[in-house]
Amino acid sequence: MTIAEMEKPNERGLQKVAANERLTFFGLTLPYLLMVTALIVIPVGWLFYLSFIGRDGSLSFENYERMMKSKAYIRIFLTTFKISILTTIICAAIGYPLAYFMSQLSRKWANICMIGVLIPFWTSLLVRTYAWLVLLQKKGLLNNMAIEMGLISEPIKIVHNTTGTLIGMVHIMLPFLILPLYANMRAIDKDTLKAASSLGATPTRAFWTVFFPLSLPGLLAGLLIVFVLCLGFYVTPAILGGGRVIMAAMKISSNIELYFSWGAASALGVVLLVVTGIILFIASKLVSMDQLGNR
Amino acid sequence: MNETSLNISIREVTKKYDQFYALKDVSLEINSGEFMTLLGPSGSGKTTLLMVLAGFTNPDYGSVKFGDEEVILKPPHLRGIGMVFQNYALFPHMTVEQNVGYPQKLRGVSTAETKRSVEEALSTVKLEGLGHRGINELSGGQRQRVALARAIVFKPKILLMDEPLSALDKKLREEMQIELRQLHDTLNMTTVYVTHDQKEALTMSDRITVINDGELMQLGRPNEIYEHPNNHFIADFIGESSLLPVTVRNGKASLNGEEVTLAEGAERSGDFLLVVRPEKAFLADKKVKGSNYFVGKLIDSIFQGESQLLVVKLSSRDDGHEVRVRVPNESVTQKALPLVGENVTIGLKVADSYVVS
Amino acid sequence: MSFLNKNVSETQIRLKDRLWLYIFSYLILFLLIVPSLVVIPMSFSASQYLEFPPKEWSLRWYENYFFAWKVENGFNDWMQATWTSLKVAILTIFVATPIGTMAAYGLVNSNSRLGKILFPIFISPMMVPIILVAIGLFYFFVQFKLVGSIIGLVLGHSLVAMPLVLIIVFSALKNYDMNQEKVARSLGATRFRAFREITLPQIKFSIISASLIAFLTSFDEIIISLFVAGGDNSTITRSMFLALRDQIDPTIAAISTILIVISSGLLIIIQLIGNKENKKD
Repeated sequence: MTIAEMEKPNERGLQKVAANERLTFFGLTLPYLLMVTALIVIPVGWLFYLSFIGRDGSLSFENYERMMKSKAYIRIFLTTFKISILTTIICAAIGYPLAYFMSQLSRKWANICMIGVLIPFWTSLLVRTYAWLVLLQKKGLLNNMAIEMGLISEPIKIVHNTTGTLIGMVHIMLPFLILPLYANMRAIDKDTLKAASSLGATPTRAFWTVFFPLSLPGLLAGLLIVFVLCLGFYVTPAILGGGRVIMAAMKISSNIELYFSWGAASALGVVLLVVTGIILFIASKLVSMDQLGNR
Repeated sequence: MNETSLNISIREVTKKYDQFYALKDVSLEINSGEFMTLLGPSGSGKTTLLMVLAGFTNPDYGSVKFGDEEVILKPPHLRGIGMVFQNYALFPHMTVEQNVGYPQKLRGVSTAETKRSVEEALSTVKLEGLGHRGINELSGGQRQRVALARAIVFKPKILLMDEPLSALDKKLREEMQIELRQLHDTLNMTTVYVTHDQKEALTMSDRITVINDGELMQLGRPNEIYEHPNNHFIADFIGESSLLPVTVRNGKASLNGEEVTLAEGAERSGDFLLVVRPEKAFLADKKVKGSNYFVGKLIDSIFQGESQLLVVKLSSRDDGHEVRVRVPNESVTQKALPLVGENVTIGLKVADSYVVS
Repeated sequence: MSFLNKNVSETQIRLKDRLWLYIFSYLILFLLIVPSLVVIPMSFSASQYLEFPPKEWSLRWYENYFFAWKVENGFNDWMQATWTSLKVAILTIFVATPIGTMAAYGLVNSNSRLGKILFPIFISPMMVPIILVAIGLFYFFVQFKLVGSIIGLVLGHSLVAMPLVLIIVFSALKNYDMNQEKVARSLGATRFRAFREITLPQIKFSIISASLIAFLTSFDEIIISLFVAGGDNSTITRSMFLALRDQIDPTIAAISTILIVISSGLLIIIQLIGNKENKKD
């Protein structure tokens, strides 16, 4: 027997030990993976399959074809994107200065402001939506105040339409933008700004050339979370839109609740999922996925 | 062999990550009761080897015996080793006493015996009376001692330490080096100590194993490693040597065409490196027999407290190598130091002239 | 007004140059918190219309919530829905917390490659549009007769809560020095004992936070409940949603007030726990 043929000492035993180790850790994640597989992967896969089943029960693209030809569906897509984009932009415009402001405060004050962001975050979505309904309605606080101040003579309609939906959605989405953005801004080394100003940059210039680029990953993560959540949003537009603002998720729901049309609902759902997937995929190339999960 | 320690026998231990060998066929005998240091730069594989001994890293193959017993397939908790980590890894939710007593608790030792052994261990590391303290109330040095007490409280036959002093400041580190060595001599357990600090290794060890790129480079007593490095890596890594390229032909060595007399190593022909230790080189006024001389220009002179470090650029046809010379800070020599820019002659005794490949 | 000249940033910007940012930020924080609070005075209104401020005060909506045994529109009595929600939320804690914690521990300790590959699956409940998860579950549960059951709701809510538990416990373990567990093992502890005696006591506050968040997540969940709950097992949020969509019933203001009190209370507990854990370092 030559040396090359001889088994290396303990090689098999060590392989077994290593395999056991891997199995232990994998085993710990197994219940989680099984739950997700059984309750998301398989059901969503089933919906995917259903979306390709026609009315006569055969494989076909008819659900998608009908969707592409229908003006109602096109309008729903347009509304969904319009509301999502507008909400995201408004959140960024409001959230960026606020996150920046908080990042410049001392820890203690920043934590106090953080409670301000977190309380609405953990207050029931329904409660907040309901509160806006109360505030924005024709005889609501806002209209009453405006009339008393003489700004308007007749109550104006700010709920049960796009405006109301946008107000409610921005209020609900803002914390999702602020949390990752603030975490990112806090992590920016303040010495970089000192360095920039010591090198002769004006405060404005130091901000735009140093701070802003460094805060982009957080901003991007926040924008993404908001946009993706908006695409599938249901509760707020359903209540504040008053039936005039119909987004994709609402159509999916009514397809099933009212018409029992699984094929159409699934097809719409698949489109929603694919769009979300594409956005998240592009995003994962731009920012690390860890930040996306940072709720 | 006595009952307080075990010898360690490492054979053919190999660990490969993708294309890269963390350990490559490492075989090493560590004697019972010995203080063995694994010395190497970061990423050399020294910590990996220690983790193989502890059981936290599974090699691809190989054998590790404690005494006569094969332990490579045993999980860490059955190996009966004491271990001290780089960052101490004390348990912050336990008091000093609970930390030190933890191994005894795991072994089901009685409360009274645990109390006695904890007190003994704490007094061994000079922390008597601090048992009730929380971990957060301790200084860095004290934490180090608690970690040590915890590792020795159950009188393990083998103690493994992974750069335990690296977080301490220089003065405390030097004190602890001596204390650790004394502790080892008292308890007499086999100690495997990992460090990247060559001075620490030279100070504390019975023997040193130099590791680089997952392979053993040299094994020997501290003075052997220092005075007779096997190759240029060790010559460079240990001490602050300057390495000068020399050519050996027919038993004669030459540096840039000038002859150099070697104490040893002139038997083989080829290209080698002459090792010049700064403390062995000296400033020469006149050339006497029994030394090699190099002429150059002083390009830097650095005051370092106990000595003055001179950097000399050798005059030669090619770009010229730098040689460092350490001059002890004595009031007499201080005056006579040359100025930067002056030409100087450096001497190196033939007995101190050796080459490495 | 010397305080206006105080420096407020690293680049020597003075307060007066930043005043707009201060005013803007406090205004936004005000708008984030205060509008939700409008439900509190509303809940004490005597009128059944949504007048603000209310002209007369009463506790009739709280009475309605706690004691009205029949509500016309076919959905369940509020109290029963509340009990269902509580039951489901508590059971969700006991499903989502151990599963999420185990997965976090497994992920922290296994090689990063596996984690990277599986990461999208781990956070998929947060990424797949929730309406799709809901109708998928509905379809799935129909096959197993789980629609309208507590089990169905707990499974659905655990699915949404698990990634939150995973993220919280994962980051706690990332900040924790795993060498402590190694030391314990070298000193003679089995892996499980090292986890129980060394790791667990140090991450327990994160696990408690995670379980409280799992509770809140379940308690507030609407969309899965809309499809999966039914029959005798409507949840409180589902009943509220249906009530809001169809007509405006001021009982909802009373329930909302109670929900605000509950979630603020839990949030304060979570924050206090967070402070305690941070101080321990």
